[in-house]
Amino acid sequence: MSDTKHNGNMLEIKGLKGGVEDTPILRGIDLSVNGGEVHAIMGPNGSGKSTLANILMGNPRFHISEGEMYFRGELLNELEPDERARLGLFLAFQYPSEIPGVSMDKFLRDAYNSVKQDSVSVGKFAKKLRKKMDDLEMDESFASRYLNEGFSGGEKKRSEMLQMAVLEPKLAVLDETDSGLDIDALRIVAESVNKLKNPEMGVLVITHYQRILQYLEPDYVYIMLQGRIVEKGGPELAEKLEDKGYDWIREKVGLEG
Amino acid sequence: MSDTQLKPANQDYEYGWHSEHRYKFKAPPGLTEDLIKDISKRKEEPEWMLEKRLEGFREFMQKPMPTWGADLSAIDFNEIIYYLQPDYQKNKNQTWDDVPDDLKETFERIGIPEAERKFLAGVSNQFDSESVYSKLKGAWEEKGVLFFDMDTGLKEHPDIVKEYFGTLIPASDNKFAALNTAVWSGGSFIYVPPGVKVGLPLQAYFRINAENAGQFERTLIIVDKDAEVHYIEGCTSPSYSTNALHSAVVELIAHEGATLRYTTLQNWYSSVYNLVTKRSKAEKNARVEWIDYNGGSKATMKYPSVYLAGEGAHAEIVSIATANKDQHQDTGGKAIHAAPNTTSKVTAKSISFDGGRTSYRGLIKVYPGMENCKSDIECDALMMGPNAESDTYPYMEIEDDTAQIEHEATVSKIGEEQLFYLMSRGLTEEQAKRTIVHGFLDEFERTLPMEYAVEFNRLVDLQMEGSVG
Ligand SMILES: Nc1ncnc2c1ncn2[C@@H]1O[C@H](COP(=O)(O)OP(=O)(O)OP(=O)(O)O)[C@@H](O)[C@H]1O
Ligand SMILES: [Mg+2]
Repeated sequence: MSDTKHNGNMLEIKGLKGGVEDTPILRGIDLSVNGGEVHAIMGPNGSGKSTLANILMGNPRFHISEGEMYFRGELLNELEPDERARLGLFLAFQYPSEIPGVSMDKFLRDAYNSVKQDSVSVGKFAKKLRKKMDDLEMDESFASRYLNEGFSGGEKKRSEMLQMAVLEPKLAVLDETDSGLDIDALRIVAESVNKLKNPEMGVLVITHYQRILQYLEPDYVYIMLQGRIVEKGGPELAEKLEDKGYDWIREKVGLEG
Repeated sequence: MSDTQLKPANQDYEYGWHSEHRYKFKAPPGLTEDLIKDISKRKEEPEWMLEKRLEGFREFMQKPMPTWGADLSAIDFNEIIYYLQPDYQKNKNQTWDDVPDDLKETFERIGIPEAERKFLAGVSNQFDSESVYSKLKGAWEEKGVLFFDMDTGLKEHPDIVKEYFGTLIPASDNKFAALNTAVWSGGSFIYVPPGVKVGLPLQAYFRINAENAGQFERTLIIVDKDAEVHYIEGCTSPSYSTNALHSAVVELIAHEGATLRYTTLQNWYSSVYNLVTKRSKAEKNARVEWIDYNGGSKATMKYPSVYLAGEGAHAEIVSIATANKDQHQDTGGKAIHAAPNTTSKVTAKSISFDGGRTSYRGLIKVYPGMENCKSDIECDALMMGPNAESDTYPYMEIEDDTAQIEHEATVSKIGEEQLFYLMSRGLTEEQAKRTIVHGFLDEFERTLPMEYAVEFNRLVDLQMEGSVG
């Protein structure tokens, strides 16, 4: 039976409810993503977008009260974050942590070896890393800096993209990666995502702005409100939001501000 | 996976090992005046040293136990053996094959060279690196550097020893300094003549060749005008001790313009009380650096201090501690500004694993009229696990208005968000914790010579085994 539970989709989220401590945040999410597709979630502040991303990645601060998440045929609900990473799931954080004393290159090599179940040599990895950093127009000095420590907001986002490029996930969840980026950085980041994209890779992008979507060309756009996906459409939905804001959708689904 | 994969956690894994040594002489437990006379006689010491020992004995008997710091109530002075003379000839019959596998494995994983392992396991009394040592020794001797174990130092250079011995740490200083004065054995004696810069770090290799090494050792280092030396003692291998008490005294004298760095890496067997007094004096424009790592032991009390006696002198104290279950590391440092324009920097970093406790205890003192002194204190404590404890006791006695004192303290639990972040990149929980811990200690590791850094790294991994998983 298990192969039917995920309907053959790479990511299948069914009836997901959950939250943090005693606070319910997600009130029933259904979502499926397949390789080669780009999905975008938009929604006002506090609607639960990051909560969804965190529950998907297995942040222990959050809990699931109902529902299932399947990824590449595996039930994610009880898996540790590192197991999810090894399955090919990647989350670019809205607010990445700083890890003092841990150099980017050493950390990335450990992460690479762990996700790919490889043991690449220092020299070989350094070359690979250099290439990926060039793509992101990152100065090579970042390789020896401590992970995100003292990085500017935009540099942190680029660091997330570098990590994604190195780990080559099957599904990348980008939680407001575009926020805080200057215009050039936004283009560079978007191009790096497009470069990585392939028919096997899915992208789930969380954003407030249409601009990044013009680069990523989503197949589906969703609107999230108070822990539910209340509207589904194509790129035109993002345009509509940019024009009109969220009031119309609140009215449509009968929710107050 | 590779060698970075840890074996399953084993809380009871102990690094120490007791080898059945034979002794030329083994004193009965307990301390008496007669025993002290006997020790001094066996060592053929000058009369003045015997006097010092007896003074130490009297102070020891009078002085109360410290009532602060770690809990020392379980120490029974009558149970302790104060003097042992191992018989290496007889112990020679033991072979590497007799050493238990788990100890061999520990050596392997810490990365101790084979030659040293044999010594540490008690099957050899010297390193095969003797020839390397001799060569270096030749180079030092040419420049007039004296480097002996303390007993030999006393024999060969009684005048120098007499001039400095106990000047910074008199027997009356504290109960354990008094005890050390009474029964000391082993330790290092170093004298570096004016202007001589010793390039490579001096290592306390033959210190452990000394009889009864490591128990009540006494170290005295004098660096003359504009000279420079780096001394490293200890190794990260567990130091097994037949006694429950390790009580050393270390005195460092840095003359005008001299530079002296003293690095200690110690990992004591989990039943040992490690109570050490370390003090130094920095004359005009001299620089003294204490770099001190304490791991293992039941309780450690150690606060390396620098007495800044001359204008422009600088003190650097780096105190690192890790406490495992049922261990208490009460460590820190002291800088006494007794001259104007002196500077000090204290960096304390500690990690308490589940059930372990670390305390930072430090003193910065600036005497009145000592203008333009500066001190920077930074202490960071990392707690891992639900029952880890950490506390800080920063004392300040600033009696001059021109002093600039900066104090920064952080205590953090290992961050859930940080762990999650690293795990989301594929690191296992163990790897993630290890990454955070090594990151926390990175700055310290960088101050160590390569081979020590490697050993230290592995040691920290071993220490984490009991607390991770
Ligand atoms: N640790 C927490 N404790 C209590 N409430 C929380 C916690 N974390 C999130 N929440 C709440 O859950 C709701 C959803 O937060 P979430 O971060 O998922 O929103 P978001 O859609 O990502 O918003 P934004 O667009 O501002 O990033 C918010 O009301 C937030 O305050
Ligand atoms: Mg968010």
